[in-house]
Amino acid sequence: MTDQGGDGRLVLRLRYTKLGKLRWLSHRDLARVLERALRRARLPVAYSAGFSPHPLLSFGLALPTGCESTAEYLDVRLEPTPGLLEAGPALPDLVRRELGPALPQGVAVLAAAVLEGSSRSLQQIVTACEWQLLAPGADPAALRRRAAELLDAESVPVARQRRGALVEEDLRPGLLALRVEDPQADPEPSGPQVVAELATGVPGARPDGLARALGIPGALVRRTHQWTNVEGSRREPLDAGPPALVPEGAAR
Amino acid sequence: MENLWPRIEPLLAQVEKPARYIGGELGAQEPCHGPGRVSWLLVYPDSYEIGLPNQGLQILYEILNERPDAAAERTYAPWVDMEAAMRAAGVPLFSLETHRPAAAFDVIAFNLAAELTYTNVLNLLDLAGLPVRSAARDSSHPLVLAGGHCAFNPEPLADFVDAFVLGDGEEVVGELTEVLGGGDWTGPEGRHALRLALAQVPGVYVPALYQPELDPAGRPVSLRPRFPQAPERVEKRTVADLAAWPYPKRQLVPLIEVVHDRLNVEVFRGCTRGCRFCQAGMITRPVRERPAAQVARMVREGLARTGYDEVALTSLSTADFSGIEETVRAVMDAPGRLGPVAVSLPSLRVDAFTVGLAAQIQRTRRTGLTFAPEGGTWRMRRVINKLIREEDLYAAVEAAFAQGWRRVKLYFLIGLPTETDEDVLGIAELTKRCVAIGRAHHRSVTVTASVGGFVPKPHTPFQWARQDTPEELRRKVGLLKDALRGVRGASLRWHDPAASAVEGLLSRGDRRVGAVIERVWRAGGTFQEWSERFELARWEDALAEEGLSLDELVHRERAEDEPLPWDHISAGLHRDFLWQDWQDALAEQGVEDCRWTPCYDCGACTGFGLEHVVASTTPPAGGSQGTGQDLASGGRVPVRFLPVGAGR
Repeated sequence: MTDQGGDGRLVLRLRYTKLGKLRWLSHRDLARVLERALRRARLPVAYSAGFSPHPLLSFGLALPTGCESTAEYLDVRLEPTPGLLEAGPALPDLVRRELGPALPQGVAVLAAAVLEGSSRSLQQIVTACEWQLLAPGADPAALRRRAAELLDAESVPVARQRRGALVEEDLRPGLLALRVEDPQADPEPSGPQVVAELATGVPGARPDGLARALGIPGALVRRTHQWTNVEGSRREPLDAGPPALVPEGAAR
Repeated sequence: MENLWPRIEPLLAQVEKPARYIGGELGAQEPCHGPGRVSWLLVYPDSYEIGLPNQGLQILYEILNERPDAAAERTYAPWVDMEAAMRAAGVPLFSLETHRPAAAFDVIAFNLAAELTYTNVLNLLDLAGLPVRSAARDSSHPLVLAGGHCAFNPEPLADFVDAFVLGDGEEVVGELTEVLGGGDWTGPEGRHALRLALAQVPGVYVPALYQPELDPAGRPVSLRPRFPQAPERVEKRTVADLAAWPYPKRQLVPLIEVVHDRLNVEVFRGCTRGCRFCQAGMITRPVRERPAAQVARMVREGLARTGYDEVALTSLSTADFSGIEETVRAVMDAPGRLGPVAVSLPSLRVDAFTVGLAAQIQRTRRTGLTFAPEGGTWRMRRVINKLIREEDLYAAVEAAFAQGWRRVKLYFLIGLPTETDEDVLGIAELTKRCVAIGRAHHRSVTVTASVGGFVPKPHTPFQWARQDTPEELRRKVGLLKDALRGVRGASLRWHDPAASAVEGLLSRGDRRVGAVIERVWRAGGTFQEWSERFELARWEDALAEEGLSLDELVHRERAEDEPLPWDHISAGLHRDFLWQDWQDALAEQGVEDCRWTPCYDCGACTGFGLEHVVASTTPPAGGSQGTGQDLASGGRVPVRFLPVGAGR
């Protein structure tokens, strides 16, 4: 393993879920929960120097409170302790194993990898996210019509509360893809599912605004992918791999 | 049993901090309900962030859930936005663990730690779907209990609560569970039979079993038991050996940020410093220390289990813990510690020893230190028996600035008995001198004087005292503002004097105050300890409608032979002792800490066959605050100022 941080430390990237009741936890509060979980797992997280040392963690794009996700990312800087160095290529698995029991119900590590080479921060590299909107009881045909209208429109104004004031933003420039899938019967009957890709860094491109524009304001929203654009090819920061995306114990 | 979660979740998108209502904290239990188990809903009647850290509630939560005959869940006051959403959707108060309706529990038990939460108690009973008045409830409703420090004057809530529990709860919750689970309390006479049975548990006060006797003006003068099962005087419960109760074993770690968000380990209970304004110090006597080795183990295991990077060693004066140095060493040098751990010592004593201790534990992050001289002059501090000499304060502040701290906060009370304007201005004098001491070390230092209005509390020597009016308190704050105006490095903070007046009303009120609380609640007055929600006018209107006044109930000195509304409640302290201490206060006489000097026979030890449990027979190092010092001195002391730049 190489010295990715330039300071002898290892940088580990984790992909994790935020499911169930925990979706009501804010991004900032979840960051604190994970910070404590890393300490409970006794992982040698590196700390900043200086007057008030803090753990060197770097979180990806904030997930709006109330949304679920199977594609959250965290970069952890670790001190190269003998135990970690000996693990070699098994390090990501070791971290997953140690961290797992320290996490609250609804959070599970789906993938882990030591970062190779220099890498920019998660917030800088992600260009788009894929969202799933579940609307039990909604009519699939009506939803399809509405989706087609949005895609055809020049602009889609959406209102949202910002610091107490109602501001209007345009959803359309950030709406990269949108499709409606039929309800599934398995494992349990559900409503139609909307799958959308929204660009990051576009003020109006938010999943709650999309849900309102589609007429399903109460939809359960779940982030399923974060996409980066590396030399023209679309990749996730970490692949979750083939296993089922929803781990055990994450059920609502 | 009905799980309300499917009806709760749709409300969460509309409210602030929705994670207040989801439960799922580390340490949260999975209560096992069922026949043969008494179900308890433990309630802290304030917001989740204020209530969750409450250690008393967490201790009882664990003890009850360890019992084979009990199951306990928790809830807190939903914030006003959530309450509105719940009422609109017809969702009643619910528990956090299994989201079941509060009314489905056998017991709803409130922790009363602050008087201004009383209107929330009524609101929560109403939100649970219960009649707020005890007399309107029967065996079909949960039993409503209350404990905590405020229960030592239960009368303002006597019409709403079925039974109050006085003192330490560790043992009595088990006894109450056995009474509740050991009989058939259903049927039309069930509730009355249960009340009689509860009254026979030591430490339990059942207000409905007492008849208030009124004087011709309608003022209650005494309470007489209406049934032989009800004792004339209810004595508080005291746990003799803290080592036998190493709780919380699994302190709750919340998902969202709360107050005191850290590991808390109680190092001792009780205090005999004898500060005359301090109700906690009086009603929790005698001193019972936890063995230092147990403290060290609870800290070590607690940090590993919770992942916290901060631990508070809690008590009423932690520097007095006889094992403090050993404990701090054990925490700071614990092998295998990961990352930095901060130790905080709430309630610091004012002396250089304490600062040395603080320096030892705060190797980094030396931002601010807080001391509580409470009184601005030596005369005032003799009256309140907070025997800090000026040289102790200056030595402490000197040591703090010399060791790198830049901000010092000083807590003071105004409106204390016998206080003169000179005493008030003494606060500004002390503050200015502390700034001068600091400026010898650093160019920019801040000394903040934080000023609270004194509220006389039951079971203290000041229970007879007159409380200052909000106008008087505002004038005194004005004196301080003028005196500190333009003083670089000095800042002044103060609490709302109007809220202090209502706290005084609820602290020393009698049964008539219950109707006032109900009126304020019905007028929408919840979360009264939140300044943005507090309105004095609401309380004044309610008092007027009940024919009562703050002048009579708050701003009036009581006579020696006047009956007090809490005469039937005993914290173990002899009334003679309290009266003598009140007289000593008026004579400006201090008394020493009885842990290391002869007994004053306050009653706390002898009444229970207990003694102070302290590991050390010698007073702690530092010597200030009434141990082994010459009480005749302590006023003006010469302060030597170092030239600016010295010591760098």
